[in-house]
Amino acid sequence: MNILVCIKQVPDTNKVEVDPITGVLKRNGVESKMNPYDLYAIETALRIREETGGTICAVTMGPGQAAAVIREIKKLGDFDLILCGKQTTDGDTAQVGPEVSEWLNIPCVSNVSKIVEIQDGAIIIEMDMTNDIEISKVQFPCLLTVDKDIFMPRLPSYVKKQETKDREITIITLNDLDDKDEKNYGLNGSPTQVQRIFPPEVNAHQEIWNGTAVELSNQLLNKLQELKFA
Amino acid sequence: MAKLVVNQEKVGNIQDMINICPFGAMEEKNGELQINSACKMCKICVKKGPKGAVEYLEEEKESIDKSLWNGIAVYVDHIDGVIHPVTYELIGKAIELAAKINHPVYAIMMGSKIADQCHELLHYGVDRVYVYDDEKLDRFKMEPYTAVFEDFVINVKPTAILVGATPVGRQLAPRLAARVRTGLTADCTILDMNENTDLVQIRPAFGGNIMAQILTPNNRPQMATVRYKVMDAPKRSSIETGEIINCYIQTEKLNSKVDVLDIIAKEKEQFIESAEVLVVVGRGIKMQEDLQMIQELADLLGGQLACTRPVSEAGWLEAKCQVGLSGRTVRPKLIITCGVSGSVQFTAGMNNSDQIIAINKDENAPIFKTAHYGLVGDLYEIIPNLINQLKVGKGA
Repeated sequence: MNILVCIKQVPDTNKVEVDPITGVLKRNGVESKMNPYDLYAIETALRIREETGGTICAVTMGPGQAAAVIREIKKLGDFDLILCGKQTTDGDTAQVGPEVSEWLNIPCVSNVSKIVEIQDGAIIIEMDMTNDIEISKVQFPCLLTVDKDIFMPRLPSYVKKQETKDREITIITLNDLDDKDEKNYGLNGSPTQVQRIFPPEVNAHQEIWNGTAVELSNQLLNKLQELKFA
Repeated sequence: MAKLVVNQEKVGNIQDMINICPFGAMEEKNGELQINSACKMCKICVKKGPKGAVEYLEEEKESIDKSLWNGIAVYVDHIDGVIHPVTYELIGKAIELAAKINHPVYAIMMGSKIADQCHELLHYGVDRVYVYDDEKLDRFKMEPYTAVFEDFVINVKPTAILVGATPVGRQLAPRLAARVRTGLTADCTILDMNENTDLVQIRPAFGGNIMAQILTPNNRPQMATVRYKVMDAPKRSSIETGEIINCYIQTEKLNSKVDVLDIIAKEKEQFIESAEVLVVVGRGIKMQEDLQMIQELADLLGGQLACTRPVSEAGWLEAKCQVGLSGRTVRPKLIITCGVSGSVQFTAGMNNSDQIIAINKDENAPIFKTAHYGLVGDLYEIIPNLINQLKVGKGA
């Protein structure tokens, strides 16, 4: 079994604010960390490898390499299974998994909450559809995006870090790709364009009520009646 | 291809320029200002920086003929024929957007034995319902549903497609976007329409601290997903308007490499996300037994009980009742907080509620900055009074 896990670096905080007058973002030294949801994808890959054997490859993109990798995962080899986290904490879109599966023309299941069984040539999973659970058999090769809590991610180990420090990291750049047209990648290749950013609106109407408990509860009752809740 | 060019001699103070960039995409290297790959092309540096310091150069890009794309389509989200209410909310929005550019509104529904549901859609003001009714479309599956949606896009050529951000929509929309090589903006909270048929898509970024306005200027269709309870549904009309168009697709296109083996209904749970009225308890509650009083208030208002993180961590209420960034995001019509101080992580999960009423003893509690109506007082005195009055009202 050859497994590929997609991971991403995200800002360590989302505590950023826009200055309403200048429209400029107030930052306080943004550090990067691994997208927390990707830890569940990694743990799922490790559990499957413990059962079936095989290899795990991780792929990420970032400054310097841009979005190029996504379209060229095939170059890394033939994978039976590609795993993604449910979404990233910076974009929250949950769309990269399904889009990658389309580019590779393989089946995809999102919201995977449980791995039931691994068979020869297929995997049986549970998909959480909010009101019910679908148990499905998905043929390899396929892409799954796994829910938070599918497995408890293990803690990083210093011993493992030492053991794996010589493992190869392959860097893929534009020159390694079939399509070398810069216009098709990153922001230039993106059909969506951010036009502007602005601070969210705040509900301006506010009233503070003081008084005795009876006065306050009367006032509240009147307001609830006015708003048609009572 | 558009790009930004830095004219070093006009930059002036490099640190000032670095501070201007909201995405941390500017850095100093060897005494020069450089733009790195974090750049989102927001062009704030062009507008706010010293004149000419950063220039925006646009190369001619072959542009598409937008007049060939007509109509706003809404994906009818359903499971086993039960239409998700987000569908009607999106139809309401689509009607509003379409009126600005004089376009028709379409609904696209795929499933099995869905004739009745399609007629129901005609009560909400859509011009056309495109229907793909096939046994193989019985249950949502990525591959056949994408094939059908692609067939619709190729034949109908809608300028924009709105999809509910449901478990189905969040899988189907990106797969379709990749198939038809267009862009998709997830979880839009505001949508508008420009005269040139560009859909203005606004969504929160960075945990809701910033709103980003996004366009899909040179691709059609334009695609956006919207969460449930963000837009307003139109009133159901007693008469049907518009027409139903039956569509067919080659059955071999409906094959899938996914076989559904079984479907297990989850226990019918009351989710706080779907409540119209929420009463939230915070640390101002002294004992677990006192929750009964708050529950009684919630019952009288036809609502549900929810809580803050400390209450859920104390084990007084289940984690699924917790409101906030580490719990659930809610947007009820009415939320009453009782003894909730109002931390940022809490308010981020409820500050889009229509009416926010806060009861807290401490007049300096941050919750009063979020609340529309703030009651400075003791919940142990106010709420029993209110409960009695509500009971009298119900009895009368």
